Amino acid sequence: MTNSAPTKPAKAENALELTDLSVAYRVAGRNRAVLRNLSLNIRQGEAYGLVGESGCGKSTVALTVVRYLPRNGSILGGVISLDGQDVMKLDAEALRRARAESVSMVYQDPGKALNPSIRIGRQLTEIFELGGVTGQAATDRAIAMLNRVRISDPPSVMQRYPHQLSGGMQQRVAIAMALANDPSMLILDEPTTGLDATVEAEVLDLIAQLRQELSASILFISHNLAVVSNMCDRVGVLYAGMLVEEGPTDVVFNDPRHPYTVALLRCLPRGGQRKDQGRLDTIPGFLPGIGADIKGCAFADRCALADNRCRTELPPLYDLSDERGKRLSRCFHHDKAQALPRATPSDVPTAPKPTTAPVLRVAGLNKTYASHGHPLRAVKDVSLDLRPGETLGLVGESGSGKTTFARLLLGLVPPDDGGTIELEGKALAPKLENRGDDQVKAMQIVFQNPDSALNRSHSIRHILSRALKRLAGLSGKAQEARLDDLVRSVRLTDRHLAVKPRQLSGGLKQRVAIARAFAGDPRIVVCDEPTSALDVSVQAAILNLLADLQSKEDVSYIFISHDLGVVRYLSDKIAVLYLGRIMEIGPSEEVFSGPHHPYTEALLSAVPKLDQTETARIRLDGEIPSATNPPPGCVFNTRCPRKIGPICEQQEPPLAEAQPGHSIRCHIPYPELARLQKAVVTEPA
Amino acid sequence: MSAVQTTSPPQDDTRRRSPMADVFFSLMRSRTFLVGLVIVLFWVACALFGEHFAPYDPLADDIINALAPPSSEHWFGTDQIGRDVFSRVIVGSRDILTVAPLATLLATVAGTALGLLTGYFRGIVDDVVSRILEAFMAIPVVIVALLAIVALGTSKATVIIVIGLSFAPIIARTVRSAVLAERELDYVAAAQLRHESAFHTMFVEILPNVIPPILVETTVRLGYAIFAVATLSFMGFGIQPPSPDWGLSISSNYGMIGGGFWWTVLFDALAIASLVIGVNLVADGVHGALND
Repeated sequence: MTNSAPTKPAKAENALELTDLSVAYRVAGRNRAVLRNLSLNIRQGEAYGLVGESGCGKSTVALTVVRYLPRNGSILGGVISLDGQDVMKLDAEALRRARAESVSMVYQDPGKALNPSIRIGRQLTEIFELGGVTGQAATDRAIAMLNRVRISDPPSVMQRYPHQLSGGMQQRVAIAMALANDPSMLILDEPTTGLDATVEAEVLDLIAQLRQELSASILFISHNLAVVSNMCDRVGVLYAGMLVEEGPTDVVFNDPRHPYTVALLRCLPRGGQRKDQGRLDTIPGFLPGIGADIKGCAFADRCALADNRCRTELPPLYDLSDERGKRLSRCFHHDKAQALPRATPSDVPTAPKPTTAPVLRVAGLNKTYASHGHPLRAVKDVSLDLRPGETLGLVGESGSGKTTFARLLLGLVPPDDGGTIELEGKALAPKLENRGDDQVKAMQIVFQNPDSALNRSHSIRHILSRALKRLAGLSGKAQEARLDDLVRSVRLTDRHLAVKPRQLSGGLKQRVAIARAFAGDPRIVVCDEPTSALDVSVQAAILNLLADLQSKEDVSYIFISHDLGVVRYLSDKIAVLYLGRIMEIGPSEEVFSGPHHPYTEALLSAVPKLDQTETARIRLDGEIPSATNPPPGCVFNTRCPRKIGPICEQQEPPLAEAQPGHSIRCHIPYPELARLQKAVVTEPA
Repeated sequence: MSAVQTTSPPQDDTRRRSPMADVFFSLMRSRTFLVGLVIVLFWVACALFGEHFAPYDPLADDIINALAPPSSEHWFGTDQIGRDVFSRVIVGSRDILTVAPLATLLATVAGTALGLLTGYFRGIVDDVVSRILEAFMAIPVVIVALLAIVALGTSKATVIIVIGLSFAPIIARTVRSAVLAERELDYVAAAQLRHESAFHTMFVEILPNVIPPILVETTVRLGYAIFAVATLSFMGFGIQPPSPDWGLSISSNYGMIGGGFWWTVLFDALAIASLVIGVNLVADGVHGALND
């Protein structure tokens, strides 16, 4: 706090120094190692990124720095030095002061970090009151803080409760609270993970701008390599609680020297890669469980380069510093890490796709909910069709109607009267219970969250057998045989059948969910963000599986995702939704490469990219408008960076065909869009 | 994707233990639960084998020794016709421990079914059934009991039905709110996408997942049911003489407290209190274990 620390010591060289830090969690009476002799330094004013899969100890680092471990966690050894001060030696009062004055944290879920029953203003002024500033002065400082995080109209925001703010706004408030005490160290733990790409881009912009205004050093924890590559000066790759590689961000990501980093980078669909151009690489096996006894290199079991020495002897951190900066790699074979053989062959069976009649045809589909007496048009006038073996990607921010549309198709929610859904030429009843058994089994879904989608009381065998009984009409021996096939086709084994869902990892659970959807030989499978809860290595395996099943079964996908790289990898066709309306629909490559709708353009430009070349990002102003009260004219006009004039506010543009099969809902003529967008080079997602 | 992908999940025994085992171990560590369990098991043993270790026949009168104070002969004294209070307290647990659990079971079964129906169908079914249940909850048990006795006559069955039906709406309300939360989970949508019947979805898909709150509610209700049975017996609507039932004994002897014959009432009252407390401790323990 600026006014209460008259004797702040002179700044140490490093804002944070972790030396030989070991942390364990006590589980079932045993101490299990989570961090193993971790050493890292963050210089004053530096942004340091920490990446790795879930379970590798990233968040534990954050909690350890402020000695805020859960009750069963203990620091077994090592030194934590915060601004030259040994955190381990602080007494309770000094620790409290250090937390109040020099470190701040921003967590993943701002909804949980803010107190739901206290107004924003009160939550902010509380922080200043702790520092002795009260009354009007505290209010003024709070307003200044909200201005600093680019919140317009702070006095009105201060009157609101957290739930009245959008996710992006909440995270801005959380950042404002973290900055309120002018910390020297700011810890960001997955600060944008739950946010839409456009909102994520805004929050990341904000953090980048604040970095220039403030002197704070940043520890940025994320599983998203692209985000870290854009935000951080240096990056450390964590694996099983050990630092396996460290160095300047661009050097590590462009010239990785540890097989784990190499493998992680290969899991991501990059540079506009598509399913028919090759499979994604995966990382075989699993992260060692916490407390696992590790001899030798922790990654050896999953590494194709590993030899006997790797399995028996812990590699030291080799110093590979060169003119590009100081860097370290914990690998005996750091010189040939990039020659890591692929875990998954890249060849794909490409089935030629004859153009046949559409399997699904949707015309004029609408859904209106009543929201406090006002109509809320969740889906408005959506028409499209889908061919066998084709993938339609649905993209758009949250609230754009993607999931509602999927639920209308499946019959889980009845659409408004008037629209039609035809499956293989036959009209589908709006309600699920009025559809025939064949129609029901032809359209299945893979949900986003397998914990919710799989009944936690049932064994995997029960879940899949029931699906086979109901969807494929099988019983007895035939069911057993088909169950075997099904389990093998999603690369599970018999061992997995006896257990309950909670005993499986996220990726395995999602495989069960996919197997269930495929039990009755469906024609269409809706995939509603099937990989958003998974780590990148697992995501790659699931995407490969979906692509393989599609080429084998000729099934069509409706693939919903906010990750445009993933959508691009799997989709043949893309529909961009905004406030329940299709803004653009067309072949995947045309939609991505453009010319495209200004909204698509903004979405694409918001995606953080690993190979970012500094292009001007198109920012969307303001929030997505409420669907109960959509703007007149073009619904996108309030945020459109390419708005041409009053016509946008008065007339809703038609969804006009710009190219054969590619339609755009915009007043700007197609050639003009092409000219405007040529200026901005859109990088592949 | 290679075969390595399908190796078993990380060896982590905390995750391998089944949820039921977790609950069991947590119960075994809960002192609240264990103390409650000992008390309840003591009374259950009395109910089952009481006559074997009761020193006297609980029904045998002995007018000469009537209203004898506690002594080495009669530990808890004797009542107004000379029956041994100690033997009566021990054997007196039998009726209450038959009637109260059966009433609770009836309440649980009826309440669970109603809760599943209202929570699953929502809409008009929920509105109608819930209003009826609320109306039911507004009527005191005693009034329902009076009406039932007029209609059905006094018997243990009447007590079971009266208490069972009075408690069913309360359990239904708990189950309904649990079902409302479960219903939003995707596995219910997945069941609908298999064209499962409403019955299957309710009883096979949803029911196993709402067992924990039902278990807690049932143990809590059992405590109340014991109290209600004792109350009804005391008022003469429940268990009938010559049973040595606690409520009944208190009812026939409480007039004599004024005369200093406290032992005819105190031990029965303590017995009721200890059983209710025991059941509530168990309920607390179960609640704690399931919400860990």
